[in-house]
Amino acid sequence: MRETPLSNCEREFLLLAIAHKKRIDGRQVYDYRRLKISFGVDRGCCHVEMGHTRVMAQISCEVTPPKQARPTDGVIFLNLEMSPMASPSFEPGRLSEYGVELNRILERCIKESRCVDTESLCIMAGEKVWTIRVDIHVLNHEGNIVDCASIAAIAALSHFRRPDVTVSGEDITIHAPEDREPVPLSVHHLPVCVTFAFFDQGKYLLVDPTEKEEKVMDGKMVIGMNKHREICTLQMTGNMLLLKDQVLRCSNIAVVKVAEITEIIQRALEQDSKARSSGKKFGFAESLQKDKVTINEMDEMVVDVKDAVDQAREIIQNGEKNAVSEVADKVNMKVTLKGPGTGQIGEGGPSTWDVDEEDEEEMHPAAAGRLTGQQLRGTAPVEPVVLSGDSEEEDTVTLLSEHLYTEKLSVTKLATEGINLSSAIKLKSKKNKSLKSGHTPKKKRTERTS
Amino acid sequence: MSATDLSRLRPMTCEQSHLTRPDGSASLHQGNTSVLVAVYGPGEVKMNKEIIDKSTVEVMYKPKTGLPGCAEKFQERILRNTCETIIATTLHPRTSIDIIIQEMQNSGSLLACCINAACLALMDAAVSMKCLVAAVTCVIDSEGEKILDPTDKQESEAIASFVFAFDNRDFNVITVHSKGSYTNEQLQSCLVTCREASVSIFQFYRDLVTKMVEKNL
Repeated sequence: MRETPLSNCEREFLLLAIAHKKRIDGRQVYDYRRLKISFGVDRGCCHVEMGHTRVMAQISCEVTPPKQARPTDGVIFLNLEMSPMASPSFEPGRLSEYGVELNRILERCIKESRCVDTESLCIMAGEKVWTIRVDIHVLNHEGNIVDCASIAAIAALSHFRRPDVTVSGEDITIHAPEDREPVPLSVHHLPVCVTFAFFDQGKYLLVDPTEKEEKVMDGKMVIGMNKHREICTLQMTGNMLLLKDQVLRCSNIAVVKVAEITEIIQRALEQDSKARSSGKKFGFAESLQKDKVTINEMDEMVVDVKDAVDQAREIIQNGEKNAVSEVADKVNMKVTLKGPGTGQIGEGGPSTWDVDEEDEEEMHPAAAGRLTGQQLRGTAPVEPVVLSGDSEEEDTVTLLSEHLYTEKLSVTKLATEGINLSSAIKLKSKKNKSLKSGHTPKKKRTERTS
Repeated sequence: MSATDLSRLRPMTCEQSHLTRPDGSASLHQGNTSVLVAVYGPGEVKMNKEIIDKSTVEVMYKPKTGLPGCAEKFQERILRNTCETIIATTLHPRTSIDIIIQEMQNSGSLLACCINAACLALMDAAVSMKCLVAAVTCVIDSEGEKILDPTDKQESEAIASFVFAFDNRDFNVITVHSKGSYTNEQLQSCLVTCREASVSIFQFYRDLVTKMVEKNL
């Protein structure tokens, strides 16, 4: 589906408002939207809401052989799914250019910053390592997918527990979660992306743009940073030129924002682990605000099933009574054997493909013609092919049956020169062997056609 | 465990209209199983998928991990058949109604949860429907006991499992999906049990809509 394009008056209004340092949703220029992080019942499942933008991340692990170039390192695989749920313009299947760009930014931020220690994912050097798969689904696109996705990914990675492994010599035992407590991944630091949107050739700057602001921006810059003030990734896109001190200003803003966001992530992780250890309920259902009008809850419902078995028996008995009379009509089903492995029940009907009456008549004389033509060579009543005379480039040649037969004989001669069928044919001729190999099949063939 | 203990539907929570881009959205949590559904439509349809007298119903099911494969396509097919039955497609010819389902957590009876969530999302998108649909899962364990709305552990140990979807006018069966081998009697008694259970689910839908449109909270 196509999404509604942004109208010119909306565009002008947005740009004018930004020039006056005002944003449509009432935020300040450097403010982030409300951030809410919740975890699911499965380990490694995280749902992040930044304003109305929603992203869900899920981590899974698998034992695989390592990459050739790095036999002692585990593998981290990141996949960003731009679900068609998020925006009507997202098509299922192949990622658009925008999707590829976001995927690459996230890969650089999470994989190449080495926030997860890949050496600890090795089980047996050169043979078996853990592959950690990060699946990020965008659920609602209201701007700034990159930041939301990076928060979801890193929170999910910190939340995830992989099965415990013991290696004794050549034996590897992967313990089920019931036997031994799963082990967390070793996450060194939490890199978070911060997006800056630029307007009017870098004159105005907004942090955390909404979807409408993204549509009117000149360009954007994404800085991936952790709370130790280390920049993990930096990317600038769009048709604009930035001054050096603007880039420095942005990174200073990013330091403050990343510190706040990292706090929120750690608080959410702590809350979840407290809920799990104290036996309270956790998961997505628990994190909903129950007093909203659009939410409804229903406790466990008991279903009365005392009469179920009796009712079922009644239905079957009634059904059988009706079915007996029907079956009696179908007794004439005989199976006739047509040959080994082929049985036939009933007779087939006439062809149900739509054949017009006039076409049928044309077909029949033509078919009859083909059969007789083979017997009376030369007097073939096969209708000549009529091509429309519109084609100026092609030369149309109509092949009559005489041409076909002379051609055919010479073709068979050429084809069978290499084939020695003398062993299959029991002729006692003492002629040249070459003639024999070429002659007898031809003879056989003409016999068949006559 | 007596027979009555196992005839219980897990607690359900639902939220509607929480996604801003789709025309309708619903997230349904049955016990620990969570599903999020978004509906776009009736809207523009691709030329090759256009039907001249009906609306094209398209279902996209997205699993949580990995890329969608054949099992997902099969689920999409079941959901599409169910939704095509209940949506009044002849009212919107040459349009498309897209239903996108995202699995958030699978703790058993996922297909039934998807069908229920899809119905809630279609309600939220105000798509014209002939009737509502409620789906219930029922499994038969190794002792021959029926278990309603099973968890994933109960589902994996079951001998046979059924998903029945009913409409809310005459309680006719819209969809049946079964796995495993079972007797005719078992099938019929599970059907009757699930029909009873669907009554409570329809009541849940009613309460949800009443809450939304009531003046006094």
